[in-house]
Amino acid sequence: MINSLDPRIKREQINEDNTIAPLTEMDQFETYEVFHQKKRGDQHVHVGIVHAPNAEMALLFGKEQFGRRGLSVNIWVVKTSNVFASDYDDADIFETVPEKQYREAGGYKVMDKINKYKKENKA
Amino acid sequence: MEHIKELLYKMADDLLVIGHRNSEWTGLGPILEEDIAFSSMAQDKIGHSQALFQILHQLGEPEPDTNAFMREAKQFHNAQFLELQNDDYDFSTIRHFLFDHADQLRFDNLANSSYEPLAKVARKIKGELKYHVFHADIWLNKLGNGNEESHARMQTALNNAWNYALGMFEKGDYEEQLIADTIFEGEQSLQNRWLAVITPIIEKANLKIPAEKDWEPVLGGRKGYHTENLDQLVNEMSEVFRIEPGVEW
Repeated sequence: MINSLDPRIKREQINEDNTIAPLTEMDQFETYEVFHQKKRGDQHVHVGIVHAPNAEMALLFGKEQFGRRGLSVNIWVVKTSNVFASDYDDADIFETVPEKQYREAGGYKVMDKINKYKKENKA
Repeated sequence: MEHIKELLYKMADDLLVIGHRNSEWTGLGPILEEDIAFSSMAQDKIGHSQALFQILHQLGEPEPDTNAFMREAKQFHNAQFLELQNDDYDFSTIRHFLFDHADQLRFDNLANSSYEPLAKVARKIKGELKYHVFHADIWLNKLGNGNEESHARMQTALNNAWNYALGMFEKGDYEEQLIADTIFEGEQSLQNRWLAVITPIIEKANLKIPAEKDWEPVLGGRKGYHTENLDQLVNEMSEVFRIEPGVEW
């Protein structure tokens, strides 16, 4: 075994002939969804996922992964397995028939009125 | 000013050395998330150290980079505890727990120091230190109460670390003056507060502090006596800087 002062090398347990033992199978922790709040009163926004053995540690990791840059005041974590999601096979439920513009904000023509008002109140 | 310099040097060196040691886990941490968290905290430590070297510079000592990278191991004032090899994650976690609590309590006291530049730094880094201690406590608890192996490894690491950890509270030559000038509470008082804080957390993690009759603080680090580990660390840490001192990277 190569005995180095450098723990990175020592830890690898490299044989003198330089062969590295194969990796054993690793366990995976479950995942938590991370939600991040920029300031009080704002919505928490989903920012990503962390692996963690429990919620406490998921918070620790979430803070470092997603809250260490920029503003943050709060973080939520939710077990991924506790999230109920729609099926991608049902993605067609979001498709909208075209003749429904009256339901969209763009369907309202108000710029004329706004410009008129601005003009009138300019003086 | 010698008394303030002594205090600043030992703190700056502690932080620089542990920051470097902990950064050796970068890329090798147990899982990606922990790797990032531990590396980020290591960077914080280097940053805190830099803030203290900056004050030293204002007191007439060399530039922070020169001071950090151009001294030999025997000119360092860190406790020997912090220069020891990482060994495995059990020892690194225990050291992180024992040091970071002492570090937080020390800065906590210094936030009210009569020496304003130091008090200012202490107030500024309060939040980072709080996170470091959260992190350490959660890991200690998780591994101490984990399975038989994790518990045994944490207990062994704690036993191995203990006397070195006590060496963090080695008194300097100006101890009385620092206390009298209300700059710093003093190592004895700090150690007492540290014990009061960490004892219940260690018990909750189902671990045992070694019996008091076996306590033998490993001293000397504050006076420049170090293990060979610090030579290795200093050489590696300063390797690039020493190629061309003073150059802008």
